[in-house]
Amino acid sequence: MRMSGMKTGFAVALLGFVALAAGGLKQAEGGQSVTLLNVSYDATREFYEAVNDAFAADYLKKTGTQVTIQQSHGGSGKQALSVVNGLQADVVTLGLAWDIDAIQRAGLLKQGWQEKFPYNSAPYTSTIAFLVRKGNPKHIHDWADLLKPGVQVIAANPKSSGAARWVFLGLWGAVGGAKTYDLATKEGLAASIADGKAATDFPIYKNAAALAAVTELYRHVPVLDTGGRGATVTFAQKGIGDVLVNWENELYLANDEFGKDKFEIVYPSTSVLAEPPVAVVDSIVDKKGTRAAATAYLDYLYTPEAQDTIAQYHYRPRDIEVYQKYAGSFPAVKLFTVDQAFGGWPRVQKTFFADGGVFDQIYKPVK
Amino acid sequence: MAGAQKVIPGFRLTLGYTLFYLSLLVLIPLAGLVFKTMELSWSEFVATITDPVVVAAYQLTFGAAALAALVNGVFGLIIAWVLVREPFTGRRYFDALIDFPFALPTAVAGITFSNLYLTDGWIGGFGDHVTAFLNGLAGHLGHPNLLAGSALSWLDFPFSNTNTGIVIVLIFVGLPFVVRSIQPVLQEWDPEFEQAAYSLGANGVTTFRRVIFPEIFPAWLSGVALAFARAIGEYGSVIFIASNIPGKSQIVPLQIVTKLDEFEPAKATAIGVVLLFASLLILLAINGIEVWSRRRSQAAV
Repeated sequence: MRMSGMKTGFAVALLGFVALAAGGLKQAEGGQSVTLLNVSYDATREFYEAVNDAFAADYLKKTGTQVTIQQSHGGSGKQALSVVNGLQADVVTLGLAWDIDAIQRAGLLKQGWQEKFPYNSAPYTSTIAFLVRKGNPKHIHDWADLLKPGVQVIAANPKSSGAARWVFLGLWGAVGGAKTYDLATKEGLAASIADGKAATDFPIYKNAAALAAVTELYRHVPVLDTGGRGATVTFAQKGIGDVLVNWENELYLANDEFGKDKFEIVYPSTSVLAEPPVAVVDSIVDKKGTRAAATAYLDYLYTPEAQDTIAQYHYRPRDIEVYQKYAGSFPAVKLFTVDQAFGGWPRVQKTFFADGGVFDQIYKPVK
Repeated sequence: MAGAQKVIPGFRLTLGYTLFYLSLLVLIPLAGLVFKTMELSWSEFVATITDPVVVAAYQLTFGAAALAALVNGVFGLIIAWVLVREPFTGRRYFDALIDFPFALPTAVAGITFSNLYLTDGWIGGFGDHVTAFLNGLAGHLGHPNLLAGSALSWLDFPFSNTNTGIVIVLIFVGLPFVVRSIQPVLQEWDPEFEQAAYSLGANGVTTFRRVIFPEIFPAWLSGVALAFARAIGEYGSVIFIASNIPGKSQIVPLQIVTKLDEFEPAKATAIGVVLLFASLLILLAINGIEVWSRRRSQAAV
């Protein structure tokens, strides 16, 4: 009697699972409307809201197709992980190439994705700069000033934040004397990309002064936030620290949000050229049949109109004419590239940020 | 046998439902966790969980959770006692407040606490705010510098970005568990037992220790255990108040999230599995004590 009760019990449980599986299958049949999902990182929320409407109007005029773009924002690494785990992103627009590499390794993207769009598939660039309190009481003008005794630096954890990885590289490259470029000129822009592809030797990894500087930097960090936006809040809202090191556009945003009379933006003499890349997710657009619209969307980012919007949101446009139109809002900083100085993200990641890498060594607890 | 089945009508259906429900919500995800971990070789697994930064995170998580659970054990008991035994105006409203930590998203709690305990926050800079206020008042009477600037700084509690702050938010999230576990037992409790103890010559402390506490001990212990378990897994509130420095102030859940950010899900689950089994062992031990104390009190009767 008891046994048959158990059997029926299992049968009911089994039935439940079958019903669930059937429900799942049914949901997989998609609709036909052209809706694109753009999976992006934290700092681009406001910028893509502005671009999406303009693109939709433009695409409707050219093709007669109504396109709706949904946005998803979060930490760059987490967003990449969501796509790997099944988030149906037609395009990804992330904070650094390493995060798109992860999607490629999962087999969702074809190799060589970074050659699909101009300028390493990065339609805009940015850099790392400083935000200090009004009047710059600690006299912070360049990277070396961050390491002076008594200076508290707010930066995020490079293991969990894309922005923080650029900060780490910014200091390492500046101290290590990486070769720099002037991105405001056609020649500088072309050389920055050509040199990156040609580079084979990366002595900067062995630079002892850079290692010492980076080790010292994190001794000055009282709160290590998990994301770039968190670091901004810690500095601007909670009032902790003397200097915030973050994305250039994030500093402008903090300035606008929390009051222009409270902070000053300071540019170091050299910094890193951050190239946040974009890509069409091959396996997803092929399944959904959205490749044409997705490609048109990313192509649109390179048009003069979109480049103009890019500049208004404090990202540095690739289009030289637009760049020069907004030259006043982009102070001249000599910029080095990850590809030329460090040989690209896989190498950077393995040496600096992977388990047991340079960053882990800095924080090894001393017993 | 047939009689026993009729106690719960529809036994087969409810058993099936229970199996399905528990498998779907608990067993399958847990098995998935263990399977994911098995992607690592044994040596990788050991290397992951013995990394000094991870070990420091385990120490912090278990230490802070235990401390918070003990504080809740003491003050939760007092609160439950007051709410049940001392009628006062507005008691119902205070009683309702106890559930607040259940309902409030923990991230909101974390941000609120973190701002309160900043050096110039309401609590973090309480003494300094009082000093400024008093000096302002005294200024009207012609004594602008009545108090030295640091006269009341012993009333400052700048716990934001410290590990004390972590314990404070864990106390907050664990509070209802202890109070809500003890309350029903205290409500059932007949105060005549206390009067009997007094009349037999026991003083207040003896009465509490020998008569009241043994009665509520099992409920109290399970409340403390729940608060402890809750604190172990807490993430949202802690990351906002902790300084999150590796090896010093990173909790285990943050280590797990960091591993996910590095695209190392197997290592993340390895850390999670160890946390899970350690918590299970501790909870089993607490359960054992509970059973033992119930037996003992029954034997005493």
